[in-house]
Amino acid sequence: MLEVQDLACLKGDRLLFRELAFRLQAGGLLRVAGPNGVGKTSLLRLVTGLAMPEAGEVLWRGASIRREREAFHGELLYLGHAPALNDLLTPLENLRFACAAAGDDIDEQACVDALVRIGLENQLDLPARVLSQGQRRRVGLSRLFLSASRPLWVLDEPFTALDVHAVADLASTLSEHCAAGGMVMLTTHQDAPFARPPEVLDVGAFAC
Amino acid sequence: MLSTFFAVLRRDLLLAWRGRSDVLVTLAFFIIVVCLFPFGVGAEPNQLRAIAPGVLWVAALLACLLSLHRLFAQDYADGTLEQLLLSREPAALWVMAKVLAFWISTGLPVVAVAPAMALLLDLEQGGLPVLVLSLALGTPILALLGAVGAALTLGLRGGGMLLALLVLPLFVPVLIFGAGAVEAELSGTGALAHLLLLGGGLAGAMALAPIACAAALRISTD
Amino acid sequence: MTRPERGPSLWRFAAPQHFYPLAGRLAPWFAALAALLTIAGLWIGFVVAPTDATQGQVYRVIFIHVPAAWMSMFIYLIMAFWSAVGLIMNTRLSFVMSQALAPTGAMFCFVALWTGALWGKPTWGAYWVWDARLTSQLLLLFLYFGFIALTRAIEDPRRGDRAGAIIALVGAVNVPIIYFSVQWWNTLHQGASVSVTKAPSMATTMLTGMLVMAIASWMYTIAVVLWRVRPMILERERHTEWVAAELDRLAPGAARKSGGRA
Repeated sequence: MLEVQDLACLKGDRLLFRELAFRLQAGGLLRVAGPNGVGKTSLLRLVTGLAMPEAGEVLWRGASIRREREAFHGELLYLGHAPALNDLLTPLENLRFACAAAGDDIDEQACVDALVRIGLENQLDLPARVLSQGQRRRVGLSRLFLSASRPLWVLDEPFTALDVHAVADLASTLSEHCAAGGMVMLTTHQDAPFARPPEVLDVGAFAC
Repeated sequence: MLSTFFAVLRRDLLLAWRGRSDVLVTLAFFIIVVCLFPFGVGAEPNQLRAIAPGVLWVAALLACLLSLHRLFAQDYADGTLEQLLLSREPAALWVMAKVLAFWISTGLPVVAVAPAMALLLDLEQGGLPVLVLSLALGTPILALLGAVGAALTLGLRGGGMLLALLVLPLFVPVLIFGAGAVEAELSGTGALAHLLLLGGGLAGAMALAPIACAAALRISTD
Repeated sequence: MTRPERGPSLWRFAAPQHFYPLAGRLAPWFAALAALLTIAGLWIGFVVAPTDATQGQVYRVIFIHVPAAWMSMFIYLIMAFWSAVGLIMNTRLSFVMSQALAPTGAMFCFVALWTGALWGKPTWGAYWVWDARLTSQLLLLFLYFGFIALTRAIEDPRRGDRAGAIIALVGAVNVPIIYFSVQWWNTLHQGASVSVTKAPSMATTMLTGMLVMAIASWMYTIAVVLWRVRPMILERERHTEWVAAELDRLAPGAARKSGGRA
């Protein structure tokens, strides 16, 4: 399904890694590992098509994502380091915008439910600037509950700033997504209670 | 289709409303720049009348230029821009929505107060409709061209000055036809040709600038 | 850790590798041609060509002014061409070419403005009148400055290349519009109607002189660009083996510090 061939990544004038290759099948959960600065975030951005590889190709359903960009992005959910929250909008407005901008037709009640489920029922109408780091993170992650129709989830450090309970809840959501035939690719520094241990891709093994 | 377009348009207008002090600052800037000219060149009515179209146009152009950096900066910083680039709709479409919202929140107020400022400079009242029309056609072109520059200078040190250097030469034709329209109307030759050229320029800019801007945004977030 | 040899997917690195020595070999020839043609052109312009009846000796500045003005326009178009090639074909050498061309284009632009002003003082009585051609030339100089400033301001070379390419293309689309609008503005404002190029009736010797100077400018541009491209290639390709070898050849022992893969 997702296939990466011979990928090389140049950051500034430093070649971070090269000849990186892997394959992610339906139901697969892939954890991208490696020390800081090895290029984990860069790899995720390459896979989403936000960044352009120095060499190599990312294939989705056998076709290059550069050629089939819009179709690929319709099946992808990427949550990066920055939670994409605007401080002047409420969590609900932010979430509704994120879904609409991505092209998902999701009604307000579903968004409210997602925010309540992730534990933000008291913050629905507050401007995002008063939220704590963990709460901001949760607003971004609440999109996961609304994105079951997107098979490929690419998550950059989703567990950062979450408490133990939230980590467990998130891990079970990811496991469910995989069990339903989805794919998850994530970076994390902490262990999470997944239903089944993830495959590990060590970027350090491809470093230059 | 177009769900991203309308989502972006609605959100940016809502944000402009919640952060309306920024809009008022742009407007105040436009007004004060126009008011500076009599101090600089003297309050002789004939002289002011002669330079009024040019002064109003240059002030509108500078007001647009100074607010351009706001167009993508916040979205770039908080990660919204990445999410938009991952939308399943072509980026040129929502870029268009952002520029439209930007123009409604900064260009339109300037167009609206321009007649009042024209009276301050004693511009003949016959020229006012053409002034408003030329600004209404010309300032969207400035916003579209400026958006390309804003996208290219995203996140750069000294981006503001660089943005000015990049887009000001491109603004010259708009300035020529915009200010020229008012002068042509006042001199009796008629402003139709100028306005048609501005309209043509707007159509061309609407067709090309969003594509260039979308490409620039992808490059800047790479 | 052992690494397999570089695969064919990194083929793009190969093109600059071959271009680098070629540029080094060709540049002196173009430089020599440029020098010869410049001497010939200046000789025609300043010795052979007759003195103009109305303008006297002053008109001779056109032998520098006109070729410089031509070159400044051509070079911008060539920059835009290389930028388009780079964006479409994803070849890094194209971006290097367009960035190497920019300073030369700006230089010719500046020369055209300077000589235009020198010609203007005795002819119009002022160094600068808002003549349509000179004004367009000035705006073109700003476009060059914008391109150079943008590519220098961006530290990441890849982003700098592509951003520069976009602004070069946007500029190229706008150059005719700017030119047309400035002409329009100039006729409405009754500016100076005498232009540098129109002034003397074109005699054959003058045309020959100008053409020779134009070809000399081309040769100069090619030589300078080839020379400028070489260090730019080395800098960008420093993480490849051939650059490490080349640096080793140029300065044995010093190469390991700046180049080579860790």
